Amino acid sequence: MSAPTTKAILGRKIGMTQIFGKNGEVIPVTVVKGGPCFVLSLKVEEKDGYNAIQLGYEQCKETKLNKPQRGFFKKLGFPPFKIVKEIRVLNPYEYKQGQQITVDIFKEGELVDITGRTKGRGFTSHIKLWNFSRGRMSHGSKCHRRRASIGAGGVQHVMKGQKMAGRYGNELVTIQNLEIVQVDKEKSLLLIKGAIPGPPGNLLTIRKAVKTLRKGIEK
Amino acid sequence: MDLIIQNVEKELMKNKEIPEIWPGDTVRVHYRIVEGEKERIQIYEGVVIAKKHGGLRETITVRKVVQGVGVERIFPLYSPFVEKIEVVRRGKVRRAKLYYLRKLSGKKAKIAERVEE
Repeated sequence: MSAPTTKAILGRKIGMTQIFGKNGEVIPVTVVKGGPCFVLSLKVEEKDGYNAIQLGYEQCKETKLNKPQRGFFKKLGFPPFKIVKEIRVLNPYEYKQGQQITVDIFKEGELVDITGRTKGRGFTSHIKLWNFSRGRMSHGSKCHRRRASIGAGGVQHVMKGQKMAGRYGNELVTIQNLEIVQVDKEKSLLLIKGAIPGPPGNLLTIRKAVKTLRKGIEK
Repeated sequence: MDLIIQNVEKELMKNKEIPEIWPGDTVRVHYRIVEGEKERIQIYEGVVIAKKHGGLRETITVRKVVQGVGVERIFPLYSPFVEKIEVVRRGKVRRAKLYYLRKLSGKKAKIAERVEE
């Protein structure tokens, strides 16, 4: 679970491009479509044991949902949403049920944390997964990309945590302190400096950077 | 999805008019240089030997020979530092990338002028 923040929005990655900054420097940016999201419900410490807002993103047909999901939206009195996500916040009372959240909650120059799933790479061997070295490809070498020893002989078993081949990617990753370069409210787009996990179309959670909050408290 | 990015780029590109430039053309690039607090414009003239990327990211490589030494500069066309670009002369070439010019000198490195029909 991620640390509580003050504001957040759900979005989708669109792709990368570059823009020119004020001093003419090139800034690599990722274009993200953010929101509009709706606050479906509030979770408060006294009642639920934690503080959070529940966001709905991307309306869909009711037929796309199963019966319990339909019941959930019916009870709340909201149109059905494809994506429902809870986001931990410091103060849920700042929000109201049914409130719309758009990209303009963020300002240019603000820092955000972005969470998303990385591209799945499937079953990957030690070279790509753990940056192991490979052997010589020629001059009689018989150890091209083969892995070498997986441990000492005397112990008679493989040590726990031994780096071996396995699934790589498709994991939840958070990148902290990415700068917002531009906010386009009309098209609900955010231009964020740097790269963001996952392929285009990836679902992202964009939260106000947790580290900037902590700094604020210290000051 | 890609369309949205194209629109974002278009929005940023519309403030600047850039003439049609092709490899082989001789161009004068008016480049803004900031020295401390002063600003001045430097003119760089040479042959376009390559055009890359396209769209907002488009760059040109301009080559000239100064005192027997070849100099190549890459200009991002939509950079705010590029004030203006003039096309001095159109060249007639059969390649998109004129990297072969680097090995040539003198008369061989000359490019015939393209005459519009």
